[in-house]
Amino acid sequence: MQTVIDAHNISKVYNPDTIPVHAVNNVHLHLNRGEFTALVGPSGSGKTTLLNIIGGLDAPSEGQVVINGVDISNLKPNQLIDFRLHNIGFVFQAFNLIPVLTASENVEFIMLLQKKPKAERNKRVQELLASVGLSDKLDARPNQLSGGQQQRVAVARALASRPQFILADEPTANLDSHSAATLLDIMEKMNREEDVTFLFSTHDQRVIDRARRVITLVDGRIESDSAETQIKH
Amino acid sequence: MLLKLAWRNIWRNRNRSLITMSAIASAVLLAVATVSLQQGVWGHLIKNLVSLYTGYAQVHAKGYWEEQTLENSFEIDKAVEQQVAGTAGVNAIAHRLESFALASSGDKTRGCLVVGINPSEEERLTQLSQKIQSGHMLKSDQDGALVAEGLAEKLDLKLGDTLVLLTQSFYGSTAAMKTPIRGLLHFGSPDLNNQIAYIPINRAQYWLDASGRATSLVVGLERPENLPAVARSLKNSLPKTFEALTWKEMMPEINQHIEADSAGMYIMLGVLYLLIAFGIFSTLLMMLAERQREFGMLNALGMQPWSIARVVLAETVFLTLCGSLAGLLLSYPLVWYLAEHPIQLGGDMAEIYAKFGFEAIFPATIKAKIFIDQTLVVLIVGLVLAIYPVWRVLRLNAVEAMRH
Ligand SMILES: Nc1ncnc2c1ncn2[C@@H]1O[C@H](COP(=O)(O)OP(=O)(O)O)[C@@H](O)[C@H]1O
Ligand SMILES: [Mg+2]
Repeated sequence: MQTVIDAHNISKVYNPDTIPVHAVNNVHLHLNRGEFTALVGPSGSGKTTLLNIIGGLDAPSEGQVVINGVDISNLKPNQLIDFRLHNIGFVFQAFNLIPVLTASENVEFIMLLQKKPKAERNKRVQELLASVGLSDKLDARPNQLSGGQQQRVAVARALASRPQFILADEPTANLDSHSAATLLDIMEKMNREEDVTFLFSTHDQRVIDRARRVITLVDGRIESDSAETQIKH
Repeated sequence: MLLKLAWRNIWRNRNRSLITMSAIASAVLLAVATVSLQQGVWGHLIKNLVSLYTGYAQVHAKGYWEEQTLENSFEIDKAVEQQVAGTAGVNAIAHRLESFALASSGDKTRGCLVVGINPSEEERLTQLSQKIQSGHMLKSDQDGALVAEGLAEKLDLKLGDTLVLLTQSFYGSTAAMKTPIRGLLHFGSPDLNNQIAYIPINRAQYWLDASGRATSLVVGLERPENLPAVARSLKNSLPKTFEALTWKEMMPEINQHIEADSAGMYIMLGVLYLLIAFGIFSTLLMMLAERQREFGMLNALGMQPWSIARVVLAETVFLTLCGSLAGLLLSYPLVWYLAEHPIQLGGDMAEIYAKFGFEAIFPATIKAKIFIDQTLVVLIVGLVLAIYPVWRVLRLNAVEAMRH
């Protein structure tokens, strides 16, 4: 089994000098290729902080994140940005898309940053938007799409860069249950068909039920991890 | 794609961009019109002034302008003449032999300036014949004088009467001459009108015992803009015994006046551009504030801050360029109109101008340089203002930006 994410002993303290907030406490996290894992916990439990650290958007106060064998804390800022571009796909809770670009341009944009040739970009944009069910919305601007459709474009874009894994921070938080279910269907399908690793946070039980592994955070600590429970049982 | 992105971002808030652009456009319009008018007016005035008498530049024996005596005259030299005439930008030259003299008739006596000229050269340079009120132009091989009206009146002389001139010759002896008046001249400038008289240069040389000599070589230009280059080349290439002076050096008061006027105008334009700068800057600030989250998202995805900054820069350039191009498109017809239909003044100004024989008209000048300069100024203002948003983008923190 190939290791994709290996996070060691991660802690994050905000405002260490004034009123310290221990957002993440001594977390160990190990993800293999192909996982479809949910990071679960109440609001304020540290899900966003942990995902940001794993995604190289924020530095931990302590600990080490190794992605595909690369310790990302050793990267210089611009190297880290490039590393994200080529290795990590992001889906945020909202405001994922560039408002002035169409759905297909939004998906193409990330491949343009990667300097992929035009033919490849065009082909992949078509494929991905078809597989998220938006073939008829190629030229729609984000404000012409529903929230669920926007999140599907964001998933397509995250896949477009062919990342090692995709981090999705509460991707369904702003969606109605039907759109949320559709998005989860698509993410599952992509996970199966494209063999992409997903790590997504949520506190929605219907979403949690779809995950193959569930990691529960409480007060910045891992309270339970279904992978370990399975092994124990 | 980055350019496409920048272009579309401008139109994201269409009204704000249009307002900013129209502010820029009106500033450019105002600036171009003001500068064109100012340069046109002064150019017109200078042209009038120099074609009256001095020419754009003059070559003398060294020291003549300081002390205008025959002792400071020079021997006409073909080589020097050819060198001056052959200088790039020079389109006419004329030798003059000038001397102050006493003019008399009956019991009346007046001081006057007698100018020995080569009639055809002088005609090319100062259109002397157009100032003739009665009579006709001098001929170089014929005795005779052209006398300014004011001078003739004071001496009670009419066309065809005889003018008597008395002065000191080149060698210091007394020199006298009698010559018939062939024509009466009108000059707007009272100075010239009350004291100038022209005779052919060969008669002047004979009269003054200064055979082959001249006091000045007047230089006419094809295009006034070439003056600095012509002056430089004359100053560098003429033998050390000569001096080359531009009208600015011969009439420093007028030049100072023009420079003071230009300075005033540039201060006004500076204030105008400052106002525009505030407008552009506030647009950039609003744009920056409302797009924090987007910039954070782009950076999180893997876009280098410098690339994001380039988009911001391109947006600033588009904004200012569209505005200034619109300003240019509007200003061209306006300036063209002001050039073709000069503003005409009445009242005191018109009187002052009339005194000098100038029409009080204010034509604008159409110069590509003015248009280009104003566009560049706005563009540079825009780029300087863009430094702040660019700096903010370069020190962007993705997580913080996305929390906005
Ligand atoms: N920039 C910050 N400064 C200070 N405290 C923060 C900051 N970001 C998050 N926190 C705190 O850290 C804790 C974890 O927050 P977060 O990771 O956003 O949790 P979740 O995503 O599970 O809701 C919360 O108590 C939150 O208030
Ligand atoms: Mg969160």
